[in-house]
Amino acid sequence: MAETPGTLLLRRLRRQKAGLISAAILTCLALAGMAAPLVEQMLGIDATQVDLLGRMAPPSPAHPLGTDELGRDVLLRLLEGGRVSLAVGLAAALAAAIIGTTIGLVAGYRGGRVDAALMRLTDGVIALPLLPVLIVLAAVDPRKLGLPQALVESEAFSLIRIVPVIALVGWTTVARLVRADTLSLRSRDFVLAAIAQGAGPARIMLRHILPNLMSPILVATTLSVGAVILLESVLSFLGLGIQPPAASWGAMLTNAQELIGTAPALAIYPGLCIFVTVIACNLLGDALQDAFDPRRSRIP
Amino acid sequence: MTGYIVHRLLQSLAVVALMSFVIYGLIGLMPGDPIDLMVSGNPNLTSDDAARLKRLHGLDRPLVERYGVWATATLSGDLGYSRAFGQPVLSVIAPRLANTIVLMALGFGLALAIALPVGVLAARRPGSLADRAVNLACFAGISLPTFWLALILILIFAVSLKLLPASGMATIGASLGFWAGLADRATHLVLPVATLAIVNIAGYTRYLRAAMIETLGEDYIRTARAKGLPETRVLWRHALRNAALPVVTVSALEFGALFSGALITETMFAYPGMGKLIYDAVLGNDFNLALAGLLLATLVTLMANLAADIAYAWLDPRIAYG
Repeated sequence: MAETPGTLLLRRLRRQKAGLISAAILTCLALAGMAAPLVEQMLGIDATQVDLLGRMAPPSPAHPLGTDELGRDVLLRLLEGGRVSLAVGLAAALAAAIIGTTIGLVAGYRGGRVDAALMRLTDGVIALPLLPVLIVLAAVDPRKLGLPQALVESEAFSLIRIVPVIALVGWTTVARLVRADTLSLRSRDFVLAAIAQGAGPARIMLRHILPNLMSPILVATTLSVGAVILLESVLSFLGLGIQPPAASWGAMLTNAQELIGTAPALAIYPGLCIFVTVIACNLLGDALQDAFDPRRSRIP
Repeated sequence: MTGYIVHRLLQSLAVVALMSFVIYGLIGLMPGDPIDLMVSGNPNLTSDDAARLKRLHGLDRPLVERYGVWATATLSGDLGYSRAFGQPVLSVIAPRLANTIVLMALGFGLALAIALPVGVLAARRPGSLADRAVNLACFAGISLPTFWLALILILIFAVSLKLLPASGMATIGASLGFWAGLADRATHLVLPVATLAIVNIAGYTRYLRAAMIETLGEDYIRTARAKGLPETRVLWRHALRNAALPVVTVSALEFGALFSGALITETMFAYPGMGKLIYDAVLGNDFNLALAGLLLATLVTLMANLAADIAYAWLDPRIAYG
């Protein structure tokens, strides 16, 4: 009996040990982040609760990993920060994938001047020194873009605003991939058949070309989640990303540098969390790439 | 070939012009323009005064018009004054640019010096234990947050072992002779250069490994082996010379990433370079300085890309460009 593409993929994926372990780690981290409110209830404390008398306390039953420079529970802040980092990473990577897919599809299918203009734009964005530009983008005052004051000052906005900031510079890889594949797909017989049947450009791009591009897009997006989490953490570390009182791994390290002589543990945990999450995303992306493309084997 | 260079040069100029406009617009969107800052610093200023000042400095005109004025001034070499330093922007930037070039050149050189042998080792037998170990180490390197690596290095070498200074470029207030001063500068460079190198080794190693594996499959490698050359000579002379070329070009294309790494490194180690200057200027609302710094960084990145493209076309005669 012939295998369906799905079971074939699963069978290939099962051979990728590093990828499977990574997927398990990411699932655990996501579940732990979602369980943060439960842990808060169990321990009877709040992640944002400041306790100035119990600052930088060593680990104890009440605070399994101790407290930070404001007496907040480190474990809870790590869990909360993980939820924020993973959510922001996924959202920004998805947003970037959508922008990149749209630009790549249009450029590849239309060709000609549209293609040239869009690809020059892509080259321009790739050529930008990423971090300085992100710093300026993150420092932009949203009120000057005409957004209402109340929205800008709400707590949710401080979490969400980093998503478009990162997506605006992160779409180029997907755009190039999608364009290249669209170029080769648009002259294939099934696309010509669809054109002959009178399908419009939008229908051909979305129904005939896009489904054939899902695996490279998925791989590129998985790989970009790790990169996005790194960018979010460095922006938050520099004070331009997730704003307190919300927790984020990068922001937890902001004060750690000054306290590194007195409380080195505060500098170690959040960074280790970022490192493990990003390496898991990268290994998972790599495993997916191998599973989708049997020609690209590690051993030639 | 000349046609290709001219074409690419014009294209880069167009991208620079476009990006300068984008950057100018973005800087204008940062919180508080210079007049707002004057108003908040001086309670005696009325809103009429503010409006008058805005008119005086042309801040009430449309964005495109202001950009035109600024671009004309910039092209004639007038980048304005830095608010925080009270000096012309150019004289603030020049010494820091030199510091950044030192840091980036050393970091890049060290990363490449480590990536070359490691990449060759991995490519020699793909799939071997050594290759898989290198592969995993590369994944770790790519996933390492630069600022955290810097923190850990500070924790180990400056705080615990007290071996190396954690910040700055030289011991402040020390009057040292030439050689002692140079040694002092060198010890201050060790941690920043190590940080910048470590985060870039992985990328270069992966490029080199891929290029080496491809090169080792070429006919001339088989010829070299068949005529009985020792394997080390085949690897290090015949293969590496051909494989290293695309790697050097790709690393020039990655110049922007190297600069981003330098920005974090400089900020972490309080090293007075361009990256830290841009970051401080953006945070401190030093508009002229932020604008000039960003523009310079973009310009240099684009020039590195252009140089990489041209070098590639020039070095590989098989590539024909129209």
